[in-house]
Amino acid sequence: MGFVWFYVRKGFTLFKSEVVVLPSRVAVLLFVLALLLAPLYTQDPYILRILIFTCVFAIFAASWDLLSGFTGQINFGHALFFGVAAYTSGLINVHAKIPHIFTIPLGALAAVLTGLIIGIPCLRLKGTYLALTTLAFPIILMGLVFAIPDVTGGELGVSGLDRLSSSRVRDYYISAILMLVLTFVMWKITDSKTGIILHAIREDELAVRAAGINTTRYKLLAFCLSGFFAGIAGGLYAHIMRTVGPSTLEVGMSFQVIIWSVFGGIVSIYGPVAGVFILFPLAELLRILPEARMLVFAFLVLLTLIFMPEGLIPWIRDKIEKECPRCKVRSVATRKTCRVCTASLD
Amino acid sequence: MVQDVIINGMIFGSIYALLAIGFSLIFGVARVVNIAHTALYMMAAYFIYIGFQYLGMSLPYAILLSIALTTVAGLICYQLFIKPIREHEAAVLIATIALAMVIQEIFLWAFRGHYLGVPPVASGYLTVVGVKVAMQHVLALAVAVLALLATWVFLLKTRIGLGIRCTAQDREVANLMGINVNREIMMALGVSVALAAIAGAIVAPLSVIDPHMWMHPLIMMLAIVVLGGLGSIKGSFIASYILGFTEAVVIFALPMGAFLKVSIALSIMILVLVIRPEGLFGVAFEEER
Repeated sequence: MGFVWFYVRKGFTLFKSEVVVLPSRVAVLLFVLALLLAPLYTQDPYILRILIFTCVFAIFAASWDLLSGFTGQINFGHALFFGVAAYTSGLINVHAKIPHIFTIPLGALAAVLTGLIIGIPCLRLKGTYLALTTLAFPIILMGLVFAIPDVTGGELGVSGLDRLSSSRVRDYYISAILMLVLTFVMWKITDSKTGIILHAIREDELAVRAAGINTTRYKLLAFCLSGFFAGIAGGLYAHIMRTVGPSTLEVGMSFQVIIWSVFGGIVSIYGPVAGVFILFPLAELLRILPEARMLVFAFLVLLTLIFMPEGLIPWIRDKIEKECPRCKVRSVATRKTCRVCTASLD
Repeated sequence: MVQDVIINGMIFGSIYALLAIGFSLIFGVARVVNIAHTALYMMAAYFIYIGFQYLGMSLPYAILLSIALTTVAGLICYQLFIKPIREHEAAVLIATIALAMVIQEIFLWAFRGHYLGVPPVASGYLTVVGVKVAMQHVLALAVAVLALLATWVFLLKTRIGLGIRCTAQDREVANLMGINVNREIMMALGVSVALAAIAGAIVAPLSVIDPHMWMHPLIMMLAIVVLGGLGSIKGSFIASYILGFTEAVVIFALPMGAFLKVSIALSIMILVLVIRPEGLFGVAFEEER
C-alpha cells in the first residue's frame, strides 16, 4: 500500500509542479478532457460527424508534420499515403470481407510500403525538388485509378464498406482516442533519440552525415512512419465515409494538409493538430455562407500568415510563455524569474 | 493523326514553356515557389472574357488590357501577401497556395463554374506541306514563339536582364555589387506574370475557361520545372516541349489517353530524376547551409 501512496503523491506533485504552472500544458489537458467528455454534452450526429473527421484529419496533419516539419522532407503529395490506405482498406473490406479491425492496419501497411517505394527514388532529391516530385505520385496513381475502373470503380470509387461501429458515439470515441494515442506516439517519437536525429537532418543534413549517421536510412524511416500514421487516418476515413473515391488522392487534399499544418505551426506535432481543430470546424461553420466559404477561408489563412508567419500556436505560446535564457525551461510570461533556476527572464 | 500530334505538341509545349520559364525566373530570383502562377494565367483568360463579353471590347484590345491588368494584379499580390513573409519558406508556400485558392474562388463566385469561351481571333486555314492547319493555331504558335524570343533577348541582351540573372545566381553578392535586389525581384516578377498572362491569352480562345483550369497546367508546369532543372531557363524550355509532345502523343495514341496523360508525363519526370537528381540542365546549387 505504501508504494501506491508514494506514486499517487509523486504523480500529484508532478502534476502540480509541471502541468499547472504552464498555461500550454493546462490547455492541452483541458483539450483532452473536453474531447473525451464532448458526447456527454451533445450527441447531435452532425456535430459528432464533424468532430470525427476533425480527429481523422488531425492524425493526417500530424503525420505530415512528422515527415515535412520535423525531418524537413517537404512532401507535397501526402494524400498519396491517405489515398493508398483508404483504397487498400476499401478494396480488401469489400472484396475479401475482412473486418475493419484488420483492414485499417493493412491499409496502413500498404501506405508504409508506398513510403518505401517512393522514398527510394525521392531521397536522392532535396528541398524544392523533393517537394515538387512528391506532388507527382498521387496524381500518377489517380490517373491509374481512372484508367482501370473495373478494379477501382473509377470516378465513383469503392462503396459499401463496413461501418466502423454500431453507433455514432462509438465511432467518435474510436477516432478521438486513436487520435490522442497516435499523436502522443508521434510526439514521443519526435522526442526520442530517433526524433533528435530526424530534427538534426532538417537543420543540417551534411553535419549529421559527417557525424557518421546514415541519413538516408533515417529519412526512409521518416517516410515509413509518416506513411503509417497517414495510412491509419486513411483507413479510418474510408470506414467512416463507407466509400473511397479519387477525392482522397486529389491535389487539394495534399494542399489542405499543408494549410492546416502551417497554419497551426510546423515542427511541433501539436501545432498541426490544433490547426485542424481550428480550421476544419471553421470551414464547416462557414457553410452558412456557401458562396464565399472557401474565399473567406483562404483569406483568413493568408491574413493569419502575414501577422504570424511561424503559425498560430507557436505565436500564442511565445506570448504566454517565456523560455529561460539559462536553463531553457519554459515559464509563464507573467513571471519575472525562471521557475527552475531563478534566473531573470528578460 | 501525326499532324495533330505535331501541332498539339507544339502548342502545348509552347504554352508550358511560357508558364515554366516564368515560374523558373521567379524561383531563381526570389526563391519563391509560386503555386499561384497558373492561377494568374487563369485570371488573364477571365479578364479577356470580361473585356470581350461585358465591356464590348474587340478581342485584341481585350487581350492586351488583360495582360497588363494581370501583371499589375500579380505585382500587387506579391507586395501585399508574399513580401512581408519572404523569410519564412513554409509560410510563403502556403501563402501562394491560399492566393491561388482565393483567385479560384473569386472567379467561381463571379461566374458559377460555367464553362465559358472566347471566339478565335483568326479564322480560316493555312495549308503547310499539304496539311491544313487552323489559323488560330498558327497564330497561337507565333505569339508564343515571339514571347519566348522576347524573353530571351530581354534576359540575355539587356542591362535589366543581366541584373536579374545576377540576382538569381547569388542574391547577397548581387546586393553587394550595388544591384537593387528588390527592384530586380519586381522586374522578374513582372516578366514572369506577363508570360503567364500571355499563356492565358493564347489558351483562352483555344479551350474552355473555367475556375479549375489552373490545376492541370500547374501540375505540368511543376513537372517541367523539376525535369528541366530548377532555375534553369534552358532546361524549362526543352522540358516543356518534351512533356508537351508526350501529352499530345498519349492523348492521340493510347485508349485511355485523356486519363493517363498526366500520369505518363509525370512518370517520365520521375524516371529522369532517378537517373539525374538535379534534372536535365540543373545547376547544382552549392549546398545552402
